[in-house]
Amino acid sequence: MRFTADDRGFYGDFGGAFIPEMLYANVEELRSRYLEIIEDQDFQNEFRGLLKDYVGRPSPLYLAKRLSQKYQTSIYLKREDLNHTGAHKINNTIGQILLAQRLGKSRIIAETGAGQHGVATATVCALMGIQCIVYMGEVDIARQAPNVSRMQMLGAEVRPALSGSRTLKDATNEAIRDWINNPVDTHYIIGSVVGPHPYPDMVARFQSVISEEIRWQLKEQTGSEDPDLIIACVGGGSNAAGAYYHYLDNDNIRLIAVEAAGLGVDSGESAATSVLGSKGIIHGSRTLLMQTPDGQIIEPYSLSAGLDYPGIGPMHAHLIDSGRAEAVSITDDEALEAAFECAKLEGIIPALESAHAFAALEKIEYGSDDIIVLNLSGRGDKDLETYIKHLTGDGKD
Amino acid sequence: MGRIRALFNSKQNGILNIYFTAGYPGLNDTETIIRTLTKAGVDVIEVGMPYSDPMADGPTIQQSSSRAIKQGMTVDLLFRQVTKARQHSDVPLLLMGYLNQMMQYGMEQFVNKSVSAGIDGLIIPDLPLDIYEKEYLDLIRQSGLDMVFLITPQTVEERIRYIDSLSTGFIYMVSDASITGAKSGISLKQIEYFKRIEAMELKNPRLIGFGISNAETFDKACQYANGAIIGSAFIKALEKSDTDLEGSIFEFIHSIRKPATV
Repeated sequence: MRFTADDRGFYGDFGGAFIPEMLYANVEELRSRYLEIIEDQDFQNEFRGLLKDYVGRPSPLYLAKRLSQKYQTSIYLKREDLNHTGAHKINNTIGQILLAQRLGKSRIIAETGAGQHGVATATVCALMGIQCIVYMGEVDIARQAPNVSRMQMLGAEVRPALSGSRTLKDATNEAIRDWINNPVDTHYIIGSVVGPHPYPDMVARFQSVISEEIRWQLKEQTGSEDPDLIIACVGGGSNAAGAYYHYLDNDNIRLIAVEAAGLGVDSGESAATSVLGSKGIIHGSRTLLMQTPDGQIIEPYSLSAGLDYPGIGPMHAHLIDSGRAEAVSITDDEALEAAFECAKLEGIIPALESAHAFAALEKIEYGSDDIIVLNLSGRGDKDLETYIKHLTGDGKD
Repeated sequence: MGRIRALFNSKQNGILNIYFTAGYPGLNDTETIIRTLTKAGVDVIEVGMPYSDPMADGPTIQQSSSRAIKQGMTVDLLFRQVTKARQHSDVPLLLMGYLNQMMQYGMEQFVNKSVSAGIDGLIIPDLPLDIYEKEYLDLIRQSGLDMVFLITPQTVEERIRYIDSLSTGFIYMVSDASITGAKSGISLKQIEYFKRIEAMELKNPRLIGFGISNAETFDKACQYANGAIIGSAFIKALEKSDTDLEGSIFEFIHSIRKPATV
């Protein structure tokens, strides 16, 4: 079975480009040119150079000894939290800004939920001196004030999305509308492996630097480039896509996709798309998404703003639907507990999103001689307020 | 012969197509709105199926959709409302909705229900042409429903020909690179685009939509196409109509087209 996109952007039954004609020319320009541009040697040189000198790659692969001891196995952490701007998101925005330049675009738009992708986009726009507009739900602007300030300090304009539930889904709708209204000069930097083809494939390719590095780093440290399991959290799924990418076709390697169960899968306040979702269309892609029987998209819930998306990328829908990847759901409380455990055992405060991946260690089976790679997708600075509330027993009940 | 084809056979100019969101302003206003638009002499009625994430629509239509959904609007209720409205109207009726809604309902069942409710055609802006051709074309052709596709100023000639070959009923010309309700007035650049399409001599009639909001823009659009579509401006008129829905509808339609022509 094939797990990367075919030439029409389908992963099995999932993917494609379900877009109105008003977006067709924009998406078609990108589709017809993205491969030629990113496979070009000049592009690769510039991309690799920036990842090394600006982002700080390769990110370390670190054997977490005390965590391994506790779980009686070998756990290696892929330290995406050490990247510039604090998460894997910048791998993609560096790639897309270079692509936008080669497409001759002079204006960048992006959507953001918690603000991580918005900050990563504002960062590369500052780096290249390109105008940047970030759409963010009005509700998220209120709860993620520090990231709003960071984007503004980086020179970006943050525009509130006032429609619908005023969160990530609506920020995405607003960004799409902006792109419809500005078809010629604007490139839309989508932050995850979602949206119409070629976005899921393009973003996965930019993030695949993660698994490319894991291969040689693991070989250096263990003698084999293949782990037994790869664990990553999935909102839209870009860090997971990057961690899985070079291992997709090796069936001996288990891929664990960790979703946010919120208050519990059956609580009505959840973002566990693979359990609660069904096949449908969201933001131009056929995938699994949470919806009513009438096809209205349901607003998800997770304490973690980065996992709070009602769909998953079409690659993940296919991986899970075909049984290639195993989905695990982790509640807010389980993730918080895992974050504190990681902090105390390893001296690393993970992002709340990544904490979901750590919590999966309690939920899945593995052997004592297994090698597990866990993608530590981001650092927890942005979640300190949430963590402090938990410490003082003042958390969400 | 279908109602849409019959209309264009008998009338080639000044076609007025009005869009409204089903279930707005009141959940059960659909029947009244269709009946009143019919009385007011509208040529085509486009019934919007409210959707949570209407990618191709602007804030006015999204807000009306959110409210309709909150008030309890469903696809089944819409079919019941349209079935009733059909008893008082012989005007061509189209349903405009997003593909996810039809997918969840089941496309075959959706098409069958549309036909029995008296619907004449469908507009599904996010349905890709190749998917339509491969998965739904036979179903639609057999049902007798017309299928209306959109073109924009960015659509290249070869693709316009392809869209023309797949479309029946009419072609929906998006007037500008914009979402619904975004702009007002018609520019010279838009007129160039209207003329360019006119010169292509497509097999389908053309209606211009997006940015058509009053008599001036309607008349202008009608110079270059068979007619035009008004959506957001009509919904705004309904917004203000809490007490007298019918009166507001007559007033709006008469502001576009003098009652003498009815």
